[in-house]
Amino acid sequence: MSHVVKITIDGVECMATSGQYIIDVAKENGIYIPTLCNYPGVKPKGSCRICTVKVNGRMMTACTTPVSENMEIDNTSGDIVELRKAIIELLFIEGNHFCPACEKSGNCELQALAYRYSMMVPRFPYTFPQRQVDAQNPKLVKDQNRCILCKRCIRAIHDADGRAIFAYHKRGNKVEICLDPKIGKNLSDELAQKAMDVCPVGALLVKEKGFDQPIGERKYDKEPIGSDIEKL
Amino acid sequence: MSKPIVATTSLAGCFGCHMSLLDIDERILDLIELVEFNKSPINDIKKFTKKCDIGLIEGGCCNSENVHVLKDFRENCKILISVGECAIMGGLPAMRNGIPIRECLEEAYLNGPSVKNNTEKIIPNDPEIPIMLDRVYPCHEVVKIDFHLPGCPPRADLIWDALVALITGSELKLPYEVVKFD
Amino acid sequence: MKNYTQKIVEKYHHDKTRLMDILIAVQSEYGYISSESIALIAHELKMSDVDVEQTVSFYHFFSAQPTGKFSIFLNNSAVANMMGREEVATALEQETGIKFGQVTPDGLIGLFETSCIGMNDQEPAAIINNRIFTKLTSFRVKEIIRDIKDGKKIEELYSASFGDGANRDVSVQSVVSNNIRKIGPILDPNYKIGEAIRKITKMTPLEVIDEVKNSSVRGRGGAGFPTGLKWEFCRNAKGERKYIFCNADEGEPGTFKDRVILTELPRLLFEGMVIAGYAVGATEGILYIRYEYKYLETYLEKILEAARKKNYLGKDIMGKKGFDFDIRIQFGAGAYVCGEESALIESAEGKRGEPRDRPPFPVEKGYLEMPTIVNNVETLCSVVKVILNGAEWYRSFGTAESTGTKLLSISGDCRNPGVYEVAWGFSVNDILAMVGKSANVQAVQVGGPSGSLIGPDEFSRNLGYEDLATGGSLIIFGEHRNLLKDVVLNFMDFFIEESCGSCSTCRILPSVLRTKLLKIMNARGVQQDIEDMVNWSGFLKASRCGLGQTAANPIITSIKNFRHLYEARVQSRKEYDTGFDLTKAVIEACEVTGRVPNI
Repeated sequence: MSHVVKITIDGVECMATSGQYIIDVAKENGIYIPTLCNYPGVKPKGSCRICTVKVNGRMMTACTTPVSENMEIDNTSGDIVELRKAIIELLFIEGNHFCPACEKSGNCELQALAYRYSMMVPRFPYTFPQRQVDAQNPKLVKDQNRCILCKRCIRAIHDADGRAIFAYHKRGNKVEICLDPKIGKNLSDELAQKAMDVCPVGALLVKEKGFDQPIGERKYDKEPIGSDIEKL
Repeated sequence: MSKPIVATTSLAGCFGCHMSLLDIDERILDLIELVEFNKSPINDIKKFTKKCDIGLIEGGCCNSENVHVLKDFRENCKILISVGECAIMGGLPAMRNGIPIRECLEEAYLNGPSVKNNTEKIIPNDPEIPIMLDRVYPCHEVVKIDFHLPGCPPRADLIWDALVALITGSELKLPYEVVKFD
Repeated sequence: MKNYTQKIVEKYHHDKTRLMDILIAVQSEYGYISSESIALIAHELKMSDVDVEQTVSFYHFFSAQPTGKFSIFLNNSAVANMMGREEVATALEQETGIKFGQVTPDGLIGLFETSCIGMNDQEPAAIINNRIFTKLTSFRVKEIIRDIKDGKKIEELYSASFGDGANRDVSVQSVVSNNIRKIGPILDPNYKIGEAIRKITKMTPLEVIDEVKNSSVRGRGGAGFPTGLKWEFCRNAKGERKYIFCNADEGEPGTFKDRVILTELPRLLFEGMVIAGYAVGATEGILYIRYEYKYLETYLEKILEAARKKNYLGKDIMGKKGFDFDIRIQFGAGAYVCGEESALIESAEGKRGEPRDRPPFPVEKGYLEMPTIVNNVETLCSVVKVILNGAEWYRSFGTAESTGTKLLSISGDCRNPGVYEVAWGFSVNDILAMVGKSANVQAVQVGGPSGSLIGPDEFSRNLGYEDLATGGSLIIFGEHRNLLKDVVLNFMDFFIEESCGSCSTCRILPSVLRTKLLKIMNARGVQQDIEDMVNWSGFLKASRCGLGQTAANPIITSIKNFRHLYEARVQSRKEYDTGFDLTKAVIEACEVTGRVPNI
């Protein structure tokens, strides 16, 4: 049975329905909690860790933690902001993110978060890993250089029989995303587009698409990511 | 009081960041009033003639000469600023990072579609030519860099505002639109 | 290939939650899991190929390429190195003519590294085709490789007599030694098997839970959660079925006491699982064992079968109507993170061993979404003794906060490495005196890589939840050891290798920290690098599971307790050093162009 619960986020009282995730409650109350792995309608996984908040003093991911009565949530204290900044920087040095040459630049959520958190340069040394571009699929290009391993594609894209089209491969710092060569071959235009749309970065691109919006008119050119939520 | 002295250089870059510096429109006249240029392609001074206050570095380090120039700047400038994506993270030249140098050079000089008339199969090796590094290095992974101005190129306003803030000691405000990585 | 794989899939009723068992069978049969096998399994289970592959590629002992008729996995733990692993590794490479990670051209021998295999008291050790080889020397390597090349079978490769106790059992026949050095109430073999089960048939489940609660026994895996409370949560959770898991993944380097229990006291453990099942209302128990202990499989199955015959397992146990419980064994396939309870459950469901987000906790929603208990081997054994002798008796051991005894796995620089059962509350100094420290002790790693590296000024601290909590591993380092290289670097490599890769923090940061550590070890570090390591390590606290949260502990605790080792290596006159080395950076280009560096 769901019931109404009262919580506070940074001291602001919010009403919520029990069972709702913190990140969604925040959104409904005009408070932006950043995320890279969470996506509407897709089961949360808590893999990017950027939505980490303090719940009654304990670090929890806002995308996977359901609200309960009298939760006190801290979304803006110094160490939380610093943690988020650090994670963004880590994702930048983990892969090969050449923004000037990326089709998703201006519409990329990782880049947009870097803007929002004023990243001028990552504090960590770049790793320049060797990564592959996989263009075998007739509809999609998968560029592992840009992938941040958020698992959105894994969770959001399935074929008609419910089989996974995307999956992780290996583990640890060798993890990459694989696109099933067999069932991926019959990917519909809609599903290919959906894959590109759920990808927060430019790792999944529909072939022969890109650079179709001029600089200045892209999603995050003028306003920081999350502004739409904060304007509510 | 004497004017602050500025030096600039382009390492493994395309001079786009320098173009952006010149893209400050009529403020370029103010700039000349504000600062004195020393070693820089803008005035074609080839060697440092005195110690400078600010060094603007465009481009990362892709060869031995880049490293020497950058170290020279570090020695002669009080404040060093990485200007643009190449200086900050290697930029497009760094897309070769991860590809073995042999493969790069053979593609460029022996096997690439644009190679013509290299019948002797020579990869340039004159001692005068700077030696390529194993990868392209961001400037701050070679010397200490004090500030970073991202962009490809950094917006003219960003460079201008940063310079003015630094010279006048005022607070640098960064409007959302000016800090971009492309 | 088709027939066998199909048969296996049928054996597991086309159930994709049994994917681990299917893959283990295929891997054992062919020595690898080919893309054809993957496609076939995927087809039969109605999964995509990449979905099967993501499980295959997660586990260290699954391979997509042939691993040789004889697959040699040499342990690379810190203690293995201390005990002469390098000499053994060199001998292996010389005798086989291949490097680690390769297979001989004739497909006979494959050489691989592996994380701690639970033999720290008898290193250097290796696994060859699921058999354990301990105390290896270059001479033994020559013998083994010669015998393999001579066409001998795996069971003919042993030259020494079998180990002690049940290691000699006809269904084990292993050279592994138990090295039980000190017996306490848990390890005491003089108890009446089945008596505890008989006793609980006369108790209500709530009475059993109360007894366990009163004993204050806490989880022995390291986290120390009160066992009775866990059982109560699970009993109260709603679910059609409930499950009891025994966590025998024992992956923390330096820990091997569960292996000894599995060898010597499996009946005690199974009894503990039955009691847990009765208490929470579960009818199925699953013993999840790390793949490294596969050599115990036949033996454990035999004991389970005997228990069924005696009606300690099965239907209407000991004549009590409706008291049904049985146990199956689930093997892992090489992944430290599966020791984390929710990762263990994921793995038992045939998936990658990635920890789950919590809440919900396994006691509410665990295996197959049902309320599930996951208890450590030692915890379940302790419970049996609590039931037999009473909570009050149990509380007479140890301290107020840490009741009972603890099995310690002790290894490293000491005369008598092995398993010691001691009451909680003894100091590290007491322990060192007990094990016969061989040299001046420089440091002790308490609780494995995820624990702390402590120095002599902390040896007076007491083992217990109120002071130095530990899952039971103590590794002793003499004064001649290079702590940064032999210990900290080795442990960081371990965490990097064993991260599941799901959380950004744990996937990326440990390698970044390792790079810094190397910079300092190579004398290119500056003071700021030490501060950076301390500050950056804090970000790992945002990781989902204990592995990620503690992945920087080797660095954090060594900086805290051995800061002088770091400071001695950083450049005192430099404030800044990027570590850039021009001479090194031009080597490759000079080689390609045939130039002499004129930098």
